[in-house]
Amino acid sequence: MSARERIAGSVANYVDERTGAAAWMKKNLTKIFPDHWSFLLGEVVLYSFIILLLSGTFLTFWFDPSQREVIYNGSYEPLEGLKMSAAYASTLHISFEIRGGLLMRQIHHWAALIFMSAMVAHLLRVFFTGAFRKPREFNWIIGVILLTLGIVEGFIGYSLPDDLLSGTGVRIAHAIILALPVVGTYLAFFIFGGAFPGELFIPRIFTAHVLILPALFLALITVHLMLVWYQKHTQYPGPGRTEKNVVGYPLMPVYMAKAGGFFFIVFGVTAFLSAVASINPIWLYGPYTPGQITAGSQPDWYMGWLDGLVRMSPPWETYVLGHTISWNILIPGLIIPGIMFTGMALYPFIESWITGDKREHHLLDRPRNAANRTAIGAMALTFTLIALINGGNDIIATHFSLSINQIMWFSRIGIILLPPLAFVITKRICISLQRADRQLVLHGRETGRLVRLPHGEFVEIHEPISPEKKWLLTQHEQDIPLTLEATDARGVRRPGGLKNKLRKRMSAANAEAAPKVTAQDLKEIEHH
Amino acid sequence: MSEESKELAAISNPGLPPHVHRQADSDPKAEKKAERQVAILFTLSSLGTLLLIYSYTFMSKDLFFFFPVLGNTNAKQFGIGMGLAISLFFIGAAAIHWAKTLMPDNEVVIQRHEFRSPDNERKDFIATVKEGAAAAALGRRSLIKRSMGASLGLLAVSPILFLRDLGPLPGKELEKTSWKAGTRLVTDPGDRPIKPADLEVGAVAQVLPELSHGKERHLSDIAKDAVLLIRIRPEEFQLDAERMAMTHEGIIAFSKICTHMGCAVALYEQQTKHLLCPCHQSTFDVTRAAKVIFGPSARPLPQLAIALDSEGYLVAQKPFSEPVGPSFWERNSQ
Amino acid sequence: MKSLKTLKVLSRYRRHRFAAPVLLLFALFTLGTTFSVANENAKTSVNTFDRSALIEEGKQIFQRGCASCHGINAEGGDIAPSLIGVGAASVDFQVATGRMPMADMGVQAGRKTPVYNAHETALLALYVASLAPGPAIPGDELLNYERDGSIAEGGELFRTNCAMCHNFAAQGGALSQGKYAPTLMGVDARHIYESMTTGPQSMPVFSDKTITPAEKLSIIKWIKSAESQPSLGGAALGRVGPVTEGLLSWVLGLGLLIGVAVWLAAKAR
Repeated sequence: MSARERIAGSVANYVDERTGAAAWMKKNLTKIFPDHWSFLLGEVVLYSFIILLLSGTFLTFWFDPSQREVIYNGSYEPLEGLKMSAAYASTLHISFEIRGGLLMRQIHHWAALIFMSAMVAHLLRVFFTGAFRKPREFNWIIGVILLTLGIVEGFIGYSLPDDLLSGTGVRIAHAIILALPVVGTYLAFFIFGGAFPGELFIPRIFTAHVLILPALFLALITVHLMLVWYQKHTQYPGPGRTEKNVVGYPLMPVYMAKAGGFFFIVFGVTAFLSAVASINPIWLYGPYTPGQITAGSQPDWYMGWLDGLVRMSPPWETYVLGHTISWNILIPGLIIPGIMFTGMALYPFIESWITGDKREHHLLDRPRNAANRTAIGAMALTFTLIALINGGNDIIATHFSLSINQIMWFSRIGIILLPPLAFVITKRICISLQRADRQLVLHGRETGRLVRLPHGEFVEIHEPISPEKKWLLTQHEQDIPLTLEATDARGVRRPGGLKNKLRKRMSAANAEAAPKVTAQDLKEIEHH
Repeated sequence: MSEESKELAAISNPGLPPHVHRQADSDPKAEKKAERQVAILFTLSSLGTLLLIYSYTFMSKDLFFFFPVLGNTNAKQFGIGMGLAISLFFIGAAAIHWAKTLMPDNEVVIQRHEFRSPDNERKDFIATVKEGAAAAALGRRSLIKRSMGASLGLLAVSPILFLRDLGPLPGKELEKTSWKAGTRLVTDPGDRPIKPADLEVGAVAQVLPELSHGKERHLSDIAKDAVLLIRIRPEEFQLDAERMAMTHEGIIAFSKICTHMGCAVALYEQQTKHLLCPCHQSTFDVTRAAKVIFGPSARPLPQLAIALDSEGYLVAQKPFSEPVGPSFWERNSQ
Repeated sequence: MKSLKTLKVLSRYRRHRFAAPVLLLFALFTLGTTFSVANENAKTSVNTFDRSALIEEGKQIFQRGCASCHGINAEGGDIAPSLIGVGAASVDFQVATGRMPMADMGVQAGRKTPVYNAHETALLALYVASLAPGPAIPGDELLNYERDGSIAEGGELFRTNCAMCHNFAAQGGALSQGKYAPTLMGVDARHIYESMTTGPQSMPVFSDKTITPAEKLSIIKWIKSAESQPSLGGAALGRVGPVTEGLLSWVLGLGLLIGVAVWLAAKAR
């Protein structure tokens, strides 16, 4: 035994005698993880979160979360002698006087943007591959909660420096709170500690941003990861992969190296962005005052769709018995997002209700084989994209010489017409792809080589595809429409009539697909 | 419930394809090459760290150099950032390249186990819970159950009391501004009072109420008091007599706080006489008392009645006749 | 007689194969020299300091290039406003930035290469100023923003009075119906000053009492400093805020990372 082995042995012994760690370490070090690049999107989110914690902690050493008025006397000349809050002044100090301070601010903000975009990409991957099905519904719900918290955390994070752009966003948030019926004014005065903007908002969101929400994130992310660990990761279908196994590589050493290395990659790319691209140049925005505003006032992109919805809203308000209800704020700002996120969270249960499928699923779907689900996803994406585009309508107007009024009308009409259109088109494309797969299996791959037969006919040579490919194209299960007869064999009416009718219709629509290749089909081909 | 196809599966799972070896698995020269590549990547990272240390410690803060696409770039910021980026990225690249080329890449297959606990363990679980419940006998001891329920319930709800002092009650705060009868309009910034002759036709001025002696102006005041003063030709107004009486020789004053969500409505289009709020593009027509003609805002901007004081300066005739800014539940907007 | 002899020569060679080219050359030469001589006469007349003659010249240029929209006497009409009372400053701004003459009847006249040179612009300005009193062109003494302006104050004034249309970094912004407030980058200090005093197109007028001349100079000084200030954190991304930042985070941030992820999960050779 070498000296190194002896030392390692005694350390391991020391720890194991006190914790019994050897057994579970052994089990977990050999844990198998399936490998696919799309599984790394969640890792990007996780590593961005760690980067946020690290860079954020650095920033808290200098940031002063106070709205106390100070006169600026730092090194940035265009703001010399101006009144501003201590929060804004301390952010300027970090940007200009602290070495690496501006870089850290930028790393923090770029990491936040990548955090959110990777989260959305990860959500899309999980959705389109059906990874949210049993037993992972709970993890999906945690994910939706994490997405919501991420949006809030990002918003209050970039509001901390109290600059003109983010302050305008806070003003808008204040108006949303005010718009709540009955309790709006009370909530607004409690949260802001008085009239807007007051002096207590920044210190309070600092506590939320640095303590409360990160704690929630840590707890939820831990549960999220433990579930993935314990339930084992899903895998893409393919040769050798079944519902009952996991094919992949062990944690030690392969995954430690790859995943650990990927952390450094994510950090490196974030740092690269922060070195070459300016983000949130608060010294150009100026300190916040409610009497000023800039053209092109937008929130960060993950809230841009909310802004777009608010912009395109018709001017609806109702006046009832001396009270005002602002539908033009409540609908786009709270009700529609509420419906979207609730629908998103409940989707696994909605889908299993439609299909009647209560089994476990560990093999992922190829999106084309779940045409209905893919089409629903495309529809939701179209909706969100139109809202997002409208959120930037003034920037688009200036850069492409368009009219904001025209973009607004396009969005108002488009957001109603385009999503259903996207649904229909996507579903048809999926079913066409299924048919193409079927052709591949039955007839093989077109090689582009033409052969002239003795009697003059031209045929194209088709090369049969490999057994692995054949398996990949036919392994999927196809849903069968539910047969929910209105009455059973003895003529007794089944309860829940309308619900069942709806379920039947939806399950029939869901099951629409190009039929899988059957043994019968193969036999028929043989006789060609 | 969807069913598996009852027929024989057309195509069966061919199993894992045979393992394909990488160059480094069989060829020692390729293995050495991969090792060298990993070493080079780690070395690049170290160079990055050196750049980071050098930039942080020695580079001047005021040095700028031209870089394509980026324009004039601060050298220190760029050096620290790129140094950090390079040092991090290449450690990652090295580790990944090492794993890909040199670490074993044989696929391993393990079996999943069912999550569902075996029936006997479930029975034991149910029995344990039942025993425990019986021991507490809550069902039988209704006196305990009710008193416990009341005490826990009260305690759970009462901490909300501690939040009461988060802020004052709104009261009439949202309905009043600093504008009173006779308050002078002053420029923002500058605090200079304004005479009608100071404004030409087509002019606009950002305006605040004059501060009474010794008082300070807080942001919370500006958030309600900010006013926009606009001058057009009097014949261009399309107002009723009451609203016309609130103007003076073609000069009209509106609250600058958008009635939609509170942004500053400061964009004035001189030719169309429209006010545009840059947040959500609500558009207001100045000639018709800031009537909403486009966008999500539901109410026109409140108009401030103005007149001249004895010295010829513009003053408010009276406070706003309605709350300024966004709507809220208690607002009587009829 | 001499003329008779000339006529004889001309008629003898009138069908010569070089007759046409020679005639053409002769015509061009005559036209060219007559024109330049006539122009010379015009130029020399400017040098005589006769104000009414200058105004008359300006009127000539006006009637050639502007009257078709603005009316023979600059009284305006359906498609163009009256220029009576707009002052020399308006003309200098509109013509020297190339906005006028307007190229196409769009929603707004945009900045482009000027059609008239500095001399012609001055004449036009003189003519329009003669119609009625209006804002004057600020002289260089009035435009010494380096000496008389304050950057910090200028920034505050800019953010209160200008940023809502022109954006926080003077990059420009959208107005309604396809109109826009243009970028202020690369604009002459004189033209910035004139735009504030004359309120061109959608821009309102900023009277000297509401924004004093010194304050106007501070605004100009701030705009100039914003223009020359390098982007301190890296590429400026247009200085329009979160829209371009969000786009970059997807395209470059997530895009690069997905690229690395594909490499990571791919089998090595």
